[in-house]
Amino acid sequence: MGDLFANIADFWGMVRFPLGAALCLGGGILCLIGSVGVLRFPDFYTRLHAASITDTAGAILILLGMGLMAPGWLVVSKLVAIFVFLFLTGPASSHAAANAAHTAGLQPVIGPIGQRSDDDDEAA
Amino acid sequence: MTAAALIALLIGMLLLLIRAIAGPTLYDRVLAVNSFGTKTVLALGLLGFVMGRPEFLDIAILYALINFVATIAILKFFRYRSFQVPLVRRGGQGGGNNG
Amino acid sequence: MERGAPVAYFLGLLVALVGFWLGMSGHFSPLLLTFGAVSVAVCLILAYRLDIIDREGAPYVRILGYAMYFPWLMKEIVKANITVIRACVKADLDIVPALVKVKTTCRTDLAKVTFANSITLTPGTVTVEVEGDKMLVHALYEQEAQPEAFEDMDRRSRIAADGKGADA
Repeated sequence: MGDLFANIADFWGMVRFPLGAALCLGGGILCLIGSVGVLRFPDFYTRLHAASITDTAGAILILLGMGLMAPGWLVVSKLVAIFVFLFLTGPASSHAAANAAHTAGLQPVIGPIGQRSDDDDEAA
Repeated sequence: MTAAALIALLIGMLLLLIRAIAGPTLYDRVLAVNSFGTKTVLALGLLGFVMGRPEFLDIAILYALINFVATIAILKFFRYRSFQVPLVRRGGQGGGNNG
Repeated sequence: MERGAPVAYFLGLLVALVGFWLGMSGHFSPLLLTFGAVSVAVCLILAYRLDIIDREGAPYVRILGYAMYFPWLMKEIVKANITVIRACVKADLDIVPALVKVKTTCRTDLAKVTFANSITLTPGTVTVEVEGDKMLVHALYEQEAQPEAFEDMDRRSRIAADGKGADA
């Protein structure tokens, strides 16, 4: 029984660094995709959606990966603090930006946007 | 592999910088700067892990807070053209929509 | 919102601040613990003077409800992320942006904030404006943001913030 436990601990110690690094890489790529979306989408409101990929999926994956690679509980608690901050402030600032734009009278582009892969400066 | 994640993040930040410079409206720029800040937080954490010094996370926490306050402050300034306006309206109906 | 806030909120804030200090510092020497106690005391006095030790400023009594709401929200976030990521990397854009009006059954401000933040946190939908019990939501795909799609989230965030007894 104790042997099995030691085996599991060994296996976990061996696997957690590659797993954490892979999660970090996945999160980094998602952040990159979010940036591409911010660059591609036609108007401000749609860019907001692309930016929220970074805020949610990218942040979750990277923080989870760093948590797997963490050397001690102190680092994990700091990661949890960052997670909580990002999750409380991310939607608040997105909403603030959207609401400010709406109040200032920026009209969103409504309706299907397709077959248009060229660049996007006419939406302003 | 962590370094690769860091490089992906840095490329993403570069793309956001393009949007922040080119962005046709003010709000695009604010959005790009805000997203840039989130990526900076994550990149600082990853940088700490790449260099084997997770103490960088303290700076990341600080940056997360500053980023939020900066975004709200910029938006408030360009909405009211002043920092001297109280944001909290107590008692009024629909008190949730002040930015 | 009278002075003399309930002790439960005060204690919740105290526990949260002490936990935050210990989680950030990680040292247990007497000197640093003294610094921590002084910081926590200053924070509590400032919060009391600002008059923010109330249900919204210290929502720790609802932490169980939020703990049950969180996994469901995570699942929704993952599902929505897949849609938006696909839209981002697709060679030609095929998005259908729309503005949707959503009516909420949440009564308290805390429940409304939970609901609006959940909508914003899910990629593909952003709360643009909150007016009374109506919310203006901008969505990336019109067909996925019909008002019925938000009913479940509305109900769950109301239960998380107000408890089961607080039916509309």
